[in-house]
Amino acid sequence: MADLAEIESQLPSIGQADATTLETLRVALLGKQGSITALLKTLGKMSPDERLEQGPRIQRVREAVTSAITARKAALDRTELDERLARETLDMTLPADAAPHGSVHPVSQVLDEMAEIFADLGFAVATGPEIEDQWHNFTALNMPESHPARAMHDTFYLKAREGEEAKVLRTHTSPVQIRTMMGQEPPIRIIAPGRVYRSDWDATHTPMFHQIEGLVIDKGITLGHLKWTLETFLKAFFERDDIVLRLRPSYFPFTEPSAEVDVGWTMEKGRRVLGGSEGWMELLGSGMVHPKVIAACGLDPNEWQGFAFGVGVDRLAMLKYGMDDLRPFFEGDARWIKHYGFSALDVPTLSQGVGA
Amino acid sequence: MKVTLDWLKQHIDTDASLDTIVETLTRIGLEVEGVENPGATLAAFRVAKVLSAAPHPQADKLQVLSVDAGDGPLQVVCGAPNARAGLVGVFGAPGATVPSNGMALKVAAIRGVESNGMMCSTRELELGEEHDGIIELPADAPIGMAYPDYAGLNDPVIEVNVLPNRPDCMGVRGIALDLVAAGLGTAKPLAYAAVAGEGAGPDVRTDDTDGCPAFYAQGVTGLVNGTAPEWMRRRLTAIGQRSISTLVDITNYVMFDLGRPLHVYDRAKLSGGLVARKASAGEQVLALNGKTYTLAETMTVIADAAHVHDIGGIMGGEDSGVTPETTDVVIECAYFDPDSIARTGQALMLTSDARSRFERGVDPAFLEEGLAIATRLVLDLCGGSASEPTHSGTPPTTRKRIAYDPARAETLGGLAVAPERQREILTALGFTVEDDWTVLPPPARRDVDGPADLVEEVIRIVGIDSVPATPLPRAAGVAKPTATPAQKIESRVRRAAAARGLNETITWSFLSDAQATAIGGASWTLANPISEELKVMRPSLLPGLLAAAERNMKRGAGGVRLFELGRRYLADGERPTLGVVLAGEARPRGWQDGKATQFTAYDAKAEALALLAAAGAPVDNLQVMGEAGDAWHPGQSGTLRLGPKTVLAAFGMVHPLTTRAFDVDGPVAAVELYLDAIPAKRASSFARAAYAPPALQAVRRDFAFLVPDNVSGEALVRAARGADKAAIVGARVFDVFTGTGVEPGHKSIAVEVTLQPGEKSFTEAELKAVADKVVAAAAKLGASLRG
Repeated sequence: MADLAEIESQLPSIGQADATTLETLRVALLGKQGSITALLKTLGKMSPDERLEQGPRIQRVREAVTSAITARKAALDRTELDERLARETLDMTLPADAAPHGSVHPVSQVLDEMAEIFADLGFAVATGPEIEDQWHNFTALNMPESHPARAMHDTFYLKAREGEEAKVLRTHTSPVQIRTMMGQEPPIRIIAPGRVYRSDWDATHTPMFHQIEGLVIDKGITLGHLKWTLETFLKAFFERDDIVLRLRPSYFPFTEPSAEVDVGWTMEKGRRVLGGSEGWMELLGSGMVHPKVIAACGLDPNEWQGFAFGVGVDRLAMLKYGMDDLRPFFEGDARWIKHYGFSALDVPTLSQGVGA
Repeated sequence: MKVTLDWLKQHIDTDASLDTIVETLTRIGLEVEGVENPGATLAAFRVAKVLSAAPHPQADKLQVLSVDAGDGPLQVVCGAPNARAGLVGVFGAPGATVPSNGMALKVAAIRGVESNGMMCSTRELELGEEHDGIIELPADAPIGMAYPDYAGLNDPVIEVNVLPNRPDCMGVRGIALDLVAAGLGTAKPLAYAAVAGEGAGPDVRTDDTDGCPAFYAQGVTGLVNGTAPEWMRRRLTAIGQRSISTLVDITNYVMFDLGRPLHVYDRAKLSGGLVARKASAGEQVLALNGKTYTLAETMTVIADAAHVHDIGGIMGGEDSGVTPETTDVVIECAYFDPDSIARTGQALMLTSDARSRFERGVDPAFLEEGLAIATRLVLDLCGGSASEPTHSGTPPTTRKRIAYDPARAETLGGLAVAPERQREILTALGFTVEDDWTVLPPPARRDVDGPADLVEEVIRIVGIDSVPATPLPRAAGVAKPTATPAQKIESRVRRAAAARGLNETITWSFLSDAQATAIGGASWTLANPISEELKVMRPSLLPGLLAAAERNMKRGAGGVRLFELGRRYLADGERPTLGVVLAGEARPRGWQDGKATQFTAYDAKAEALALLAAAGAPVDNLQVMGEAGDAWHPGQSGTLRLGPKTVLAAFGMVHPLTTRAFDVDGPVAAVELYLDAIPAKRASSFARAAYAPPALQAVRRDFAFLVPDNVSGEALVRAARGADKAAIVGARVFDVFTGTGVEPGHKSIAVEVTLQPGEKSFTEAELKAVADKVVAAAAKLGASLRG
């Protein structure tokens, strides 16, 4: 039987052992037939005094051997792992699979922004048909059949159906005013965005474009409220406090008085941006809803009055986000979309801002 | 409408500068679209006198002149045959630019003789076509004066956008009077004296008192129709009108000056008297523009015994037009009904300066004066003698009476204006304001109809820009949500689609007939399309997206993922729809996987389900059925339905014939989501149903079935799921296999079934019982457990 000293002398070799040797040593020392195990077995046959003396010594050696083997095993495992990991090295500069990059169209983004701002002012979003009857598109808006303004609209007519008057593609979002006033009791605050159509096609006109209508019907609403609403909206939309509006008398058959609204611009880095008043650009048409229009909707113009405005959504998008040509809006060119589109996460909110 | 500053000042006495006038016009609603000074390009040219002329030593056709342009003699070489000592002409000094050719003049030697500028011809200064010699001015023209000043060319032309509600401003005088009302000066009286004339007036009458309530006319005989005087031609030319002959120029001048259209007939070409009447159906007239128009019974014409000579108030006829040989005329000054004019003009698609005035409504109280002014001009400029005037019919001069409350300026216009100031403004604009604030608009203001119009008049003169901004009353508390369920669905699917890597596009609502036919035809066709490409309203979003995909792929895009949210235009209405097109490569070739992969019908299905889920549709309850339609691959498409009838979406591969119709190469996967078919979420409280996760772990069991080919995966999964509704909480296909080892006409489908224990774990016996039920349920479909 090996004595303790001999066993202890093997400790340094444990620290040097490879995996196979270590296992052999473990079995030789700590296994069922191992020398330490054998020494432990001798304890039972000893006298109490002898046991008191030998017991702790054997235990101490056993612990030393056990921890040496454990430590060596851990070191060997770690070395093996390190080697494996080294073998697994990849070229981390190679590209990961790119997830396709989706986007929201600028017109949708701007409409969401407007809905957010106007919701804060108490405006709901209303809609109406794009294939509209002439009564809603013209007549109810104080444009009877012979009205010169009716001819100025470059209207698209649809082939009439048997026994029906020809419908039109709505030339503006104003018929939604009529549908709203006929469909709900005042007070009314709505915006009505959507596609509108005019037979016109050049760099700044496309036969289809987007407009948004605003309508407030209540008691005691004046041109002053219109001005404040537009100013407040534009300041929020462009996130600038120096937005200046200039009202000019104008004419629309469905408003009286009518005002064309110009907005001031300044040159910044060779580009016209809204804000300040270096120059003026026409932005939108507006006015107090004509008493005849209110009456056509079955409301009493002596009781209810209000304002309406209409503005080009595509134009607002261009002014805010810097596009200078309208036509690509409707071409679906992926390159244009990538440049001018918005992330799904660019959800306009009042707390985070309505611009992206 | 164009006016010149000088012309305006014929009607308004003012010291206001051009800038002030332009600013004021825009401020009061007569928007200035541009100001041009035709004399600006000639500012460097001066009146000069040829002191002496001597032959050029080197050239027979040239002369060496000594010219005085106000600063003493200058040597100038000149080739004009009419250059001679004593001639007064127009001189361009070095530095001036010749308008006709853009050449900058400089001191230069011409055939060895120094020349210090140029004597100019009419054509060189773009003042006319004359080029036979240099301009010859009267001998008393002041030497050294800038030529534009001398010739009166420094008269700025102001282009005013006159809106349809301002009939009174369709003449220079009307615009001037608006400036007067705005406080810019005082009105000059309109020189007018009735021309009594001698002998019976022309034989004219109106038989159509609706279309032509009044027909006034006066005859002039023995006149000479030559060239209009310089001042008249200059004004007409300045506003873009071609000078034609004295008589034509007079009618144009009165129309642009006073907003009063006239017509002059050559008396010699008329057979008998003139009658305003309704046209007979099919009656034709050759108009002054050289085109023949076929008239309808609703249209008012002026005709003699033989035929129509005038489309009343719109355009005269070629036959009775005046010529240089004309000696006897009938001058017509009539009132045509605005609505009738508008309808006729629209029907004939014929525009004219007369129509644009009559359809807005000319001043019905200005017929007699208008006719007298025209006749006086004819007598003064063409000679001859006038007949008495003939007046047939009565113009509608009854004035409206509007009960006005001056408080409306503030309660509607938002601007407090003292009543007395309002009275002043309205009076200055020609309105009559009675003591009780009954307001009578001037006859020329047909557009003014009620108190709102009066508010507009007051506000625009005071300045609409001075209306103070007034906050809209705000509801207490935080703004309430306003979006409707449909709007929320649209917003969610849009952003879900973008988040899934799809790119939103907006394509035309209209298609070509051929494109629509490729997907089953359209319900709505435009009567007046802008082109054949944009002719019918789309019945599906796929054509626009396919066309966009095609354009992108032609530009070299590898994979195209497009979506659009818009409407389909069906016979029974407009349907909100989301369309998706997946074309080209689903994944490009890569270092990890090698080859590029194409989109499959399952990519489309994944999009359809994900977007329906985003829209809040109950995707777990949807059935996959067929009948997506002819535009789709018959074996690789389907519909997602809620119940057998409600189709929420169509998805799959597009039919190769459809993709070919849009010129798209390769397979295309697509989706259409029918947003209006998605049931709205029921409004309930925010709180979710009570829930505690089960304590015990779920158990999974796999079953491999041999099923006949015609049994769908979904049917098998449904059967497995339904086998034990208490224990089974899920079932899904994890393998499908055909080929070796599977008997022909069959396929192997492996299904993983998930069982959720409740309070206690399942016993082996319980698990076996459930498994038996699954097998039994599958057996009803003809499925057998594979060995």
